[in-house]
Amino acid sequence: MRQRAIGEVILAVEDVSLRFGGVRAIADVSFDIRAHEIRAIIGPNGAGKSSMLNVINGFYRPQEGRIVWKGQAHRAMRPYLAASTGIARTFQNIALFKGMTVLDNLMSGRTLKMRRGFFWQALRYGPALEEEIAHRRRVEEIIDFLEIEHIRKVPVGRLPYGLQKRVELGRALAMEPELLLLDEPMAGMNLEEKEDMSRYILEVNEQLGTTIALIEHDMSVVMDLSDRIVVLDHGQLLADGPPEVVSRDPAVIEAYLGVAH
Amino acid sequence: MLYRETGQFKTSYAADQAVFPIRQDRIGLALILLVAFLLVPVFGSSFFLNTMMIPFLVFSLATIGLNLLLGYAGQLSLGTGAFMGVGAYACYKLATIFPDINILVHTLLSGLFAAGIGVLFGLPSLRIKGFYLAVATLAAQFFLDWCFNRLPWLYNYNPSGAIEVPTRMLFGVALTGPNATPVTRYLVLLTLVVVMTWIASNLVRGWIGRSWMMIRDMDIAAELIGVRPLPTKLLAFAVSSYYCGVAGALMVFFWLGAAEPPSFSINTSFQVLFMVIIGGLGSLAGSFMGAAFIWILPVLLRALPEMLGVTIAAATVEHVSLIVIGALIIVVLIVEPHGCARLWQTAKQKLRTWPFPY
Amino acid sequence: MGGLLHTVLVDPFVQMWTLPDFFVQVLWEGLVSGILYALIALGFVLIFKASAVFNFAQGIMVVFAALSLVGLHRLGVPAFVALGLCVLIMLALAVAVERLVLRPLVNQPDIILFMATIGLTYFLIGLGELVFGGEPKVMITSELLLPTGSYVWETLGGRVILQQIDIAAAVIAAAMVAVLAVVFQRTKIGRALRAVADDHQAALSVGIALETIWVVVWFAAGVVALATGIMWGARSDVSFALQIVALKALPVLVLGGLTSVPGAIMGGLIIGIGEKLGEIYWGGLLGGGIESWLAYLIALAFLLVRPQGLFGERIIERV
Repeated sequence: MRQRAIGEVILAVEDVSLRFGGVRAIADVSFDIRAHEIRAIIGPNGAGKSSMLNVINGFYRPQEGRIVWKGQAHRAMRPYLAASTGIARTFQNIALFKGMTVLDNLMSGRTLKMRRGFFWQALRYGPALEEEIAHRRRVEEIIDFLEIEHIRKVPVGRLPYGLQKRVELGRALAMEPELLLLDEPMAGMNLEEKEDMSRYILEVNEQLGTTIALIEHDMSVVMDLSDRIVVLDHGQLLADGPPEVVSRDPAVIEAYLGVAH
Repeated sequence: MLYRETGQFKTSYAADQAVFPIRQDRIGLALILLVAFLLVPVFGSSFFLNTMMIPFLVFSLATIGLNLLLGYAGQLSLGTGAFMGVGAYACYKLATIFPDINILVHTLLSGLFAAGIGVLFGLPSLRIKGFYLAVATLAAQFFLDWCFNRLPWLYNYNPSGAIEVPTRMLFGVALTGPNATPVTRYLVLLTLVVVMTWIASNLVRGWIGRSWMMIRDMDIAAELIGVRPLPTKLLAFAVSSYYCGVAGALMVFFWLGAAEPPSFSINTSFQVLFMVIIGGLGSLAGSFMGAAFIWILPVLLRALPEMLGVTIAAATVEHVSLIVIGALIIVVLIVEPHGCARLWQTAKQKLRTWPFPY
Repeated sequence: MGGLLHTVLVDPFVQMWTLPDFFVQVLWEGLVSGILYALIALGFVLIFKASAVFNFAQGIMVVFAALSLVGLHRLGVPAFVALGLCVLIMLALAVAVERLVLRPLVNQPDIILFMATIGLTYFLIGLGELVFGGEPKVMITSELLLPTGSYVWETLGGRVILQQIDIAAAVIAAAMVAVLAVVFQRTKIGRALRAVADDHQAALSVGIALETIWVVVWFAAGVVALATGIMWGARSDVSFALQIVALKALPVLVLGGLTSVPGAIMGGLIIGIGEKLGEIYWGGLLGGGIESWLAYLIALAFLLVRPQGLFGERIIERV
């Protein structure tokens, strides 16, 4: 087993409901995420998993409930608030900046950390240049970690899918988040790519202590990686607990595993 | 064999991030600057400077302005002409209200007025995207056009409705007005354009340029990374309009000498838009190529029959050149939708591997 | 301050109330120019729906069609033969555009296609002026057997003058919209067209030939342009100065939503009437000429409230 001390609750979702017109995407769901753990959110298609991540980082505003993030209660998160207080995420359908190079995509994750204003940027001299290079150094470490040195200056639009997924993880890591939300990080990957991605996720979690919440369909991956699992079905919370408990829950087996197997 | 990067190793991130990391490119730029600052003023005729180089520089600056907005931040504007007009009228008012302050100061200040107006008309960009935004900027174009016509205060109640450039000196040399020589005007323009291009290239390589491109490529993802869309877009509108405004002021003070509202009409907006597209979206070097292509080509077309010794009615030449430009735009878009800048890159890539491409 | 509010908020309405016949006259004028805007916008919508191309050249196609008609008549071609030839010219244009512009640019980003249509605009202006000359011309209204007189309508204690050509324009426009509606709802080609509008690739995969669809919509837009050109030419001169007026179709479009035919018509009428009322009753306060930008401002104000236009579909953003 891994050597990590799971900490206090860092984020709590409390009685959240989300509707689109008449459609209920999330119905009265509560769960929490503890510091340094890997939390999986699973459920069949349309269960409200991605919507849940969107609520956590403020892209959707739930009609009811609240989010407690690092001790602060919020009626709803806002994207800027989430990003600036340490929540980063990747997307189910890759949301990279296609016209920019890998390097620029990763550098874009550093935007909030760059302080030099318009004047220095216009001159790109002295403090502005030093700052840029300091961040570049940090980004190069991530490039090194993800083994994407060779494609540093390639526009991401030209990269194959698996590599794009990796770059997207890199961009999220560049934000140095406390909580990393991964939306199907291994979708559409072959076995080898999945193994690589699993390794990166574990290393990030162990070495940097980053808390991770991930959505994934591959059950073997979920069972291996996660400390605790939330199961959603039709927007409702079906089960919540460690993998070995959840996988034996009859409601889960019927609603999800039963269908999948 | 001339164009190789082999053996040029970068030992620092600073060197790797330079504008032209490859030595041959730096030499090329130095040569271009040498020609522009020395050979052109010494050997260029007044006609050449007045009808080609000076307008080319003015439009290059406006093109860079629009390119910052459209090519980098992805916001379509059809109001470039009007923003240039704001700069021109602001510069005219400043120059006549404060005649003792140097005209170059006025020129640079006039861009601020354009920036302010640009931000105002950029506000809808938070809610409106794409072609819809283009219509919002058309509102700016026609409203400002109307102001230039209907507010006599702007042109100092001149009965002709035109603004006429007063003579202004620097160190005893006439910079603007009827007595300013083309060479002086050209050199002032060139210096300003070079400095402003350098600043633009600094901006787009730093976090500001990156956040513009983030908004352009995927605004939702940019927001989730912490880029706030409104300030980012407004900054793009402000900087872009500043460049256009200065270009407009330069256009009147260092090129035309006098101007009326039609100089800043919707046609000017389209002309600059063409330059951006033909040159290449999101490329500063492309902005110069686009300006050269769209400005110099018609001048040559008009001069062509004369050079061949054929007399054709001026109107016919005008019509034919419209046809040719329209057709060329389509052809360029078909051949290389990313514009001249991409063609040039492709050529360089070929050169890099020449003569053994595999 | 109170006086200013009075002039802006009260006086114009008092004027409308006290001179109702004049008010009706203004409404009618606005309605007629609204119909013409709507017709140009209709051409845009047809092309946008079927090919997602924002056809900037639609306004110029109106002028080009009208110019060809008058030009051919001047060369001695009888009016109705010229009309038939013009329809053929629009067909040739549709085929040429599909072959030379759309097909090579398939799958390019929207902005590139938009730019190509601006290129087409320049090309058509140059061509039209080269062949038929650049000077303003008079539309061959009576030769086409269109009425030219006017009715005087005694009403509301005064009189409202209705140009017969305007009434004809309204009737023809309504008929054209009805025909298009029937074609798109009831025929095979209409069904294919709606399929293409929904999803290009899906349409291709069920065996719909995109090329044919494009030619058809560009041709339909060309015929609409020809009709618009005749109406418009009858009200003023035929010249490329019309292109600025044609740009008014853009605010109409955003008002109605880029993909909605009823939207284009409603938008046209709102803009037409709105800007006439604005110009007559409020324009004087600003020194007149506000017609040149009022339409854009109205559209802008609408957009801020409903970014997808009156009838456009609401876009739900997802990641």
